Amino acid sequence: MSLLSFERKYRVRGGTLVGGDLFDFWVGPFYMGFFGITTIFFAGLGTALILVGAADGPTWNPWLISINPPPIEYGLGMAPLNDGGIWQLVTMCAMGAFISWALREVEICNKLGMGYHVPFAFAAAIFAYATLVIFRPLLLGAWGHGFPYGIFSHLNWVWNTGYQYGNFHYNPAHMVAITFFFTTTLALALHGGMVLSAANPRRHSSFGGPVEVKTPEYEDTFFRDTIGYSVGTLGIHRLGLLLALNAGFWSAVCIFIAAGPIWSEAWTEWWEPLREFYTWGGSAG
Amino acid sequence: MQYQNIFTRVQVRSEPEAGIDIGLGNRDRTENPFYSWLVGTFGNAQIGPIYLGFLGTAAFMCGGAAFVIIGLNYWVQVDFNPVRFVLELPWLSLDPPPEEAGLSIPSLQEGGWWFIASFLLLASVILWWFRMYRRAVELQLGLHVPLAFASAIWLFLVLGLIRPILMGSWSEAVPYGLFTHLDWTANFSLFWGNLFWNPFHCLSIVFLYGSTLLFAMHGATILAVTRYGGERELEQITDRGTASERAALFWRWTMGFNATMESVHRWAWWFAMLTTLTGGIGILLSGTIVEDWTIWGMDHGIVPEDLSWWPETPSSLESSW
Repeated sequence: MSLLSFERKYRVRGGTLVGGDLFDFWVGPFYMGFFGITTIFFAGLGTALILVGAADGPTWNPWLISINPPPIEYGLGMAPLNDGGIWQLVTMCAMGAFISWALREVEICNKLGMGYHVPFAFAAAIFAYATLVIFRPLLLGAWGHGFPYGIFSHLNWVWNTGYQYGNFHYNPAHMVAITFFFTTTLALALHGGMVLSAANPRRHSSFGGPVEVKTPEYEDTFFRDTIGYSVGTLGIHRLGLLLALNAGFWSAVCIFIAAGPIWSEAWTEWWEPLREFYTWGGSAG
Repeated sequence: MQYQNIFTRVQVRSEPEAGIDIGLGNRDRTENPFYSWLVGTFGNAQIGPIYLGFLGTAAFMCGGAAFVIIGLNYWVQVDFNPVRFVLELPWLSLDPPPEEAGLSIPSLQEGGWWFIASFLLLASVILWWFRMYRRAVELQLGLHVPLAFASAIWLFLVLGLIRPILMGSWSEAVPYGLFTHLDWTANFSLFWGNLFWNPFHCLSIVFLYGSTLLFAMHGATILAVTRYGGERELEQITDRGTASERAALFWRWTMGFNATMESVHRWAWWFAMLTTLTGGIGILLSGTIVEDWTIWGMDHGIVPEDLSWWPETPSSLESSW
């Protein structure tokens, strides 16, 4: 059985949101719960639909398989299965599975007496996905504005959508999102490296035998010495979570504002008022 | 809400910590570290001291000189007009030499200032690397932080030094300007046939998004078990407590697999480090080995020969309402 040495005493009943004790059990290492059942249903159905869509398509090359959204002529209506209807059902299944998964995490948090930070963070990711395939298509008036589900076909969508706006890097929210992604990765490298280097210390020379694992005082000293501030063992996790959530949130913002009703020109034009402000003020030579 | 530990509610005040004793090196630390209540609501309240030392001071001076050179070039571009400087700042740029200059040392106005600024930046970054290395060694820490930093420097070197040399022209390097470096990025991708079909670009993005996902998962997990002392990770690594057990079981029950308090940091370090490592490889191959990533993609079965297999992307510029 896949039970860790200390696991037995944590496997207590209760903490469920729905279904009482009915689904309060484990399968191997997995907790089930009512939302485990719904996750299996949505994920299973969605995967099966993707296989149906792939069978209907021209290739079984996994890099090239693509489940395409309906042409925009169908607007916000349901499309026939072989013309984007599968994409619509897969999207519903995905939303069902993601939300089920988040609620299942809430139940597990309850069982383990933990805060709700993980399901909250996951909700931010679900929000970003929903922005791409639900909110933005609603704004644009057609499900066909969602992205196709394929390993490389979705990149093709990103490319084509981006270049409708000239250089998408000029999108101010895109700038903010990328900055958060890069900063999160930098902070993660520093945090991961810091903990590993304190837990796996080394001497000045290779002689002299093993050396003691370091304490958080050493971590604080390392960052105070190098950059003048150490955010600390608690603060780094707040910082990491905050940076990561912002990366997801601003990604959602940047694609939502890149839609006709909000912005329909090249993103370079968005900045021009700043430069024109000078001449507009009448102080130009 | 009070159990979610969003902000620190009680702050302790005593003498600020001077830092671990490093013998003679103590002299190089600044004096008078101080507290900030506002900063203390989020992380440690103590600010400072910082270690100066030769490497840090030299790195700061080189970086500062590069910053000033770039800034003065901006000022010249706006005729030393402060209003224009502020309003036009994102358009201002210090560009590398023109293509025909090749790898020669350019005149000052034809990219020479870019050359000098780049040299100073490189010196600054290398000096800063040695500083990170020395600080780790003096504290008898492992070398994980300087190693990760080296991976970032690899990408920096590829962009500004290695690839321009292989391509035979400094003009291949990235300009120092907000919008111009974005133009460079877009043009680079277009010129070499769509960087999205570059497998190392794919890997780099996977690790970038993966790093963000990992930090969201890890940060959230630790915060969620701070009521059991989970943020004391080194203690939990050497003497597993209930915080580690709950954190591990959360993921085990959620997705059937869990890291340990130590191994989650190995995942983190590798994901972050590989972002710039694979990114650098992807840039280095573009134009040197691979001329057109779309053709490469078709040859290797990741782009269909018949693009009609993939949907036509509708115009987002007008709505269907």
